[in-house]
Amino acid sequence: MLSIRNLHAQIGARKILKGLSLEVNPGEVHAIMGPNGSGKSTLASVLAGRAGYEVTQGTATFMGEDLLPLEPEERARRGLFLAFQYPVEIPGVNNAYLLKAGLNAVRKQRGLAELDAFEFLQLIKDKMKLMQMDESFLSRGVNEGFSGGEKKRNEILQMAVLEPKLALLDETDSGLDIDALRVVANGVNSLRSPERAIVMVTHYQRLLDYIEPDYVHVLADGRILRTGDKSLALELERRGYDWVRQEASAA
Amino acid sequence: MATTPTDLDALVAQKYQHGFVTDVESDTLPPGLDEDVVRAISKIKREPQFMLDWRLQALRHWHTMRNPDWAHLKIAPIDYQSISYYSAPKANKDAPKSLDEVDPKLLATYEKLGVPLHERARLAGVAVDAVFDSVSVATTFKEKLSKAGVIFCSFSDAVQNHPELIERYLGSVVPYTDNFFATLNSAVFSDGSFVYVPKGVRCPMELSTYFRINAANTGQFERTLIIADEGSHVSYLEGCTAPMRDENQLHAAVVELVALADANIKYSTVQNWYPGDENGVGGIYNFVTKRGECRGANSRISWTQVETGSAITWKYPSCVLTGDNSVGEFYSVALANHYQQADTGTKMIHVGRNTRSTIVSKGISAGRGQNTYRGLVKVLPSAEGARNFTQCDSLLMGDRCGAHTFPYMEIKNPSAVVEHEATTSRIADDQLFYCRSRGVSEEDAVNMIVNGFCKVVFKELPMEFAVEAQNLLAVSLEGSVG
Repeated sequence: MLSIRNLHAQIGARKILKGLSLEVNPGEVHAIMGPNGSGKSTLASVLAGRAGYEVTQGTATFMGEDLLPLEPEERARRGLFLAFQYPVEIPGVNNAYLLKAGLNAVRKQRGLAELDAFEFLQLIKDKMKLMQMDESFLSRGVNEGFSGGEKKRNEILQMAVLEPKLALLDETDSGLDIDALRVVANGVNSLRSPERAIVMVTHYQRLLDYIEPDYVHVLADGRILRTGDKSLALELERRGYDWVRQEASAA
Repeated sequence: MATTPTDLDALVAQKYQHGFVTDVESDTLPPGLDEDVVRAISKIKREPQFMLDWRLQALRHWHTMRNPDWAHLKIAPIDYQSISYYSAPKANKDAPKSLDEVDPKLLATYEKLGVPLHERARLAGVAVDAVFDSVSVATTFKEKLSKAGVIFCSFSDAVQNHPELIERYLGSVVPYTDNFFATLNSAVFSDGSFVYVPKGVRCPMELSTYFRINAANTGQFERTLIIADEGSHVSYLEGCTAPMRDENQLHAAVVELVALADANIKYSTVQNWYPGDENGVGGIYNFVTKRGECRGANSRISWTQVETGSAITWKYPSCVLTGDNSVGEFYSVALANHYQQADTGTKMIHVGRNTRSTIVSKGISAGRGQNTYRGLVKVLPSAEGARNFTQCDSLLMGDRCGAHTFPYMEIKNPSAVVEHEATTSRIADDQLFYCRSRGVSEEDAVNMIVNGFCKVVFKELPMEFAVEAQNLLAVSLEGSVG
């Protein structure tokens, strides 16, 4: 589904990704862990098409299509979703309005009819129950005045509505208390399916207690240095990242 | 990968949609301005002596005045002797008595503009007094209105049929000595709209006028007078479009509103005159004086404007709050794209006790546009307990435009409470990226964010207008991403 080969990316002259490779298949859940500044968020940004990053080498294909020349909205419409680490506030723009516009753009791409306001409302109300969100949310501005927890829940709500093929969760657990983490994790788990892949970027093993990954990757110095199953995350929790680096440089 | 500057430049180059010229024979006075021209206009309009006298006084006063230069605008010198001060569609002897008699080309023009002049108008509940260049060509719904006692007609008709109202109220809010452009207008204005709502009457429909400038090199000098008698309510909509021209055209209109005790006037404008092309060539000079007086106690005047057109806009719809407990409001969205310049705002003059005013101004600058908010809040010694709230926000798109804010306050009564809030922001790249990563195109994302920015003002517009204003903003901003 997602195939990244030898990806090099930089911001200005600063090289961040230095030959990253990753294969993700439908139905899989991948966790990418790594120390600060290792390139985790850069990877998510490059895949989603954020401006300011220059890819100097390597390829990334999504559903067999070259991902890199596509505009961010084209990627979204093809089924790629990024849950933001820091969701953006857009004052005055209605939450429901943005989401409906996004959903209809995605549906159009998939050859489905656009939903009218009534159908959309029905759909989103169901999804909001899942995320335990209050209905007043619909009439509020996008992330406007949301608490940290509300913002993250909103991200997963959007994911639930847009039903992506591949979801990138960029530190979705950061800033969440344990109750909010549980709600968010339940939301994500309910969206696991054999057709959908999830790539989580996180600092902490804690998230993986709630969303169990099939693979855990260690990203450091701009590359994936080690891949394992969920026991690798526990080992990282215990031993930190240095030993992975040392073993990688020894090899 | 994502957006590059060249994409943006291409997107910014959007075309004006209403650029077409209707081929109608015009009766046009030769260019030039002197007392003979004023006499000729007054004669064409068969005006009573008091009107001619007033016009001539204005002209004489105008000769003593100079072009104002205090606005934050770059204005090429205007040769007032090269302008023709009167242009009317050639009448079939008499003015048309019904829509059937109206030149089909004119009607087709209105079709293109989307003016609901036919049956749609009735369904929409809108009466249209269509001003084509300088003469009203059709007035609908007169009957329904006259049943309610509301007078809604062209200014010329009002001069003929209600001279006592004209003599009493004309110039009572904007005197002929007021300012350079208002004085010029007083001397040469050709037509406009007149509304009188009698005591205690709630006007049964929204009143609407579409102004349109058509003939080349014709100054458009409209004059609108709205009088809301005691306890009455009226909502008036003004929409404007002009065809594309290479030379700048001058539009110097005057609008006067009078609200007597307990009366309520709501005046909404959507201004979409030709802004000039993307290189700043052509476009309308929109130099307009709009002022309302809350003359009676507990009266209210509310201005709402969406200004997306014109090369240069110079306009300060104001309220003089004379009556005790009267309320003045000003809600504005002004857009300056390409080389457009806007210097707009309001004046709230608090005279009566416990008078209140609200100012909400949203300025959007894109391309090389320059957008200035200029506002005055003046509290006279007599205005015990006056209150004002001003909110003034600017949104910038790109790095070649400008936003300027000049709030003036003159407070002469210590009991006044005056609040001022101002923000300047930029459409942030991360806001755009956020929307796009949800599948929304860049243009739609810009429109969404801009509309969100303007939402509090759009809420003040009547429903049909709010939709039109949003669409207009979308067209005017097509692709101006920063």
